[in-house]
Amino acid sequence: MSSEILIDPITRLEGHGRIHIFLNDSGEVDHAYLQIPELRGFEAFARGRRAEDMPQITSRICGVCPMAHHMAGTKTLDDLYHVDPPPAAKKVREMVYDAFMVEDHALHFFFLGGPDFVVGPSAPKAERNVLGVIGKVGLEVGKEVIGLRKELRGLISDAAGKVIHPVFGLPGGISRPVSPELRDRFAAGAAHAVEFGKLSLQVFRDVVLSNQGYVDLITSEAYTHRTYYMGLVDERNRVNFYDGRLRVVRPDGTELLSFEPREYLDHVAEHVEPWSYIKFCYLKDVGWTGFRDGPDSGVFAVAPLARLNASDGMSTPVAQEAYEELFSTLGGKPVHHTLVTHWARLVELVNAAERMAELAADPEIASPDVRAIPTEIPTEGIGVVEAPRGTLIHHYTTDERGLITQANLIVATQNNAARIALSVDKAAKALVHGAEVDEGLLNEVEMAFRAYDPCFGCATHALPGQMPLIVQVRDPSGALVRELRRD
Amino acid sequence: MTKPKVAFYWCASCGGCEEAVVDLAEDVLAVVDVVEIAFWPVALDFKVSDVEALADGELAASFINGAIRTSEQREMAELLRRKSAVVVAFGACAWLGGIPGLANLSSRESILELVYRGSPSTPDGDGVRPREETDVPEGRLRLPHFEETVHTLDQVVDVDYYLPGCPPPVELIRSAVTALVEGQLPEKGSVLAPDVALCAECPRVKTKPADLRVTEFRRPHEMIAEPETCLLAQGLVCLGPATRSGCGAPCIAANMPCTGCMGPTSRVVDYGAKALSAIASLVAAEEEDAVGEVLRRLVDPVGTFYRYSLPASLLHRRVERETAASRGGAEG
Repeated sequence: MSSEILIDPITRLEGHGRIHIFLNDSGEVDHAYLQIPELRGFEAFARGRRAEDMPQITSRICGVCPMAHHMAGTKTLDDLYHVDPPPAAKKVREMVYDAFMVEDHALHFFFLGGPDFVVGPSAPKAERNVLGVIGKVGLEVGKEVIGLRKELRGLISDAAGKVIHPVFGLPGGISRPVSPELRDRFAAGAAHAVEFGKLSLQVFRDVVLSNQGYVDLITSEAYTHRTYYMGLVDERNRVNFYDGRLRVVRPDGTELLSFEPREYLDHVAEHVEPWSYIKFCYLKDVGWTGFRDGPDSGVFAVAPLARLNASDGMSTPVAQEAYEELFSTLGGKPVHHTLVTHWARLVELVNAAERMAELAADPEIASPDVRAIPTEIPTEGIGVVEAPRGTLIHHYTTDERGLITQANLIVATQNNAARIALSVDKAAKALVHGAEVDEGLLNEVEMAFRAYDPCFGCATHALPGQMPLIVQVRDPSGALVRELRRD
Repeated sequence: MTKPKVAFYWCASCGGCEEAVVDLAEDVLAVVDVVEIAFWPVALDFKVSDVEALADGELAASFINGAIRTSEQREMAELLRRKSAVVVAFGACAWLGGIPGLANLSSRESILELVYRGSPSTPDGDGVRPREETDVPEGRLRLPHFEETVHTLDQVVDVDYYLPGCPPPVELIRSAVTALVEGQLPEKGSVLAPDVALCAECPRVKTKPADLRVTEFRRPHEMIAEPETCLLAQGLVCLGPATRSGCGAPCIAANMPCTGCMGPTSRVVDYGAKALSAIASLVAAEEEDAVGEVLRRLVDPVGTFYRYSLPASLLHRRVERETAASRGGAEG
């Protein structure tokens, strides 16, 4: 008798994944589907809007990562108007963006994904949350997390107007320079962030890497996919969050592509399935061959581990050391174990903090020269940043008045969507045997996608706390056989 | 004394209102100390069944953010309404529809067509689109219905108070919670923010001429605005005169014009109409042709004046009639 398991985080109605597991006659998983039950249509109502409003409009796609959309939109406007911002404007944008990366990565590690490791994947559910993390690592670290978040968000507000829904991005620069006083506060915040990053890496070593059980879990086949990886890199192929070329490496780590963001349509396409509102990105160069990994499948990954895999290193010293430690510990590049994303996130946190410190110390950073006025007729623009959750692409075309005629938005979680679907299916097949699933097992299935820090629909993104789940097992007639609640 | 129970809930929103609450909670533990949060799915692990188990009216207040687009959101709003003494529409989307409410400019059919066929990164293929029911080899998968129209919260349930902003400023959230705890809430239907226009609290108001006249509207990217002078006086469409204060004017501090996320004051029925007339009345031209010439520079009136309030506006209904007519062709 076949049956179905539906994992539906019903208390998060929109913007969240729903996992539907089909069992076969012998009780083994036939297939697990991850469905995204949401669509809002920003591309549609972008039409007719003033191009310069897009950084503020698209930031409303996500109130957790509004800076990523704001910055991708702003860079798209530079391209649209063929205007090159003054050096200080680019530096301020990047510094503010780095502050945002630190804050967002810290939130994920300590509040959301981290509890699985720091507290333990099968720890009592009541402890598997941020309070459990604080209990394990100490109140002092907990206070550091909250204090740093507050400090960095204050800095972002003061530079960008608002931290939730920034306003400072304009084609050709930013609306206001950084004052010397604010520069000094950024320098202090960056110093705190670097120390915090080192501390976080140490927490990871002490709690996760020193525990062989965790290491075995992280490197287990259930959480492993050999896919392509994409990320923005600088001129020396080092990770960069704000700007650069897009680089793609093959499952064996060799370079497949290195291209200008403007060329994204030559390399990235979206596959549509009738059972999910999300579109699944794939590499055109390889092609869509279904939900499978390997060199013959165009499925690729973005986000922290993918960025590290797609790069040759980090641009700053402490992060570079951490990068080398990560790959040497795990047997070289690329690393295909999804759960290593948590470690990669901390490497990036340190990198963003160090880069923020470099920029805050740049003699030009408080220059009043932060605007170039566009003079050309707008036509078409493409802008790319690395959002915390991966490569984010904005693409606008306009009429001669700068009114949007077409907007195409490819968000990080779409780039990852196919690999996330693979991860859920594979984890379910490895972990679920029969309808008698327990709560800890479910959490291990959930961990397969939590590592990506997925922002489904990039809208109702998961925040502090754990994801409540309901699993219903039904017989073929649809009658409820068993219900499992995790609350 | 038992603490009053409150709930936070999100409908069609971006998560920014939730982040604002987190920012508050970190900042003012004292506020969190005086209420018991009975339901906050984003951060705490209480379930819908916990809300269902409450007596009607047992929650002192529910703060609901986001617009309403699905039947699930409608049902949650109705449940929380039943269980709550007070319902607060939290933020621009719940109050006025917000930026996602601009989706009312497009029909459901045109959104599906654009996203799944018309996008440059979606190669022309077999025309596959998401469907509400799909048979896969292993069984049947279902998706929720993607509805035609975005509604405000008070188009769905009775709302007692409104907290404006995108997102609401932390100070206003704090005051609202304090007023709730102390039993100092104002008259039902009030917006929990100062009832004056933003110009009143704008640091640049001293440079706003009493007889302000605009001869040419300019767009923010076309000029470098002087950082101390009234932005309207510099020809930028700043919606301060039509918009409620209480935010502290952070956008203007960043040298960018107000876009109106705090919505109207109590004397205004339709925010967009008010904002448009407030701006149009500043045009310094006597001849009709000359007025038209100046106003032609306002290239996107809907996106400029109704950016946060289309579902709440009088226009909403016209859009609804249009989409009702096109509903026949929509695919499930």
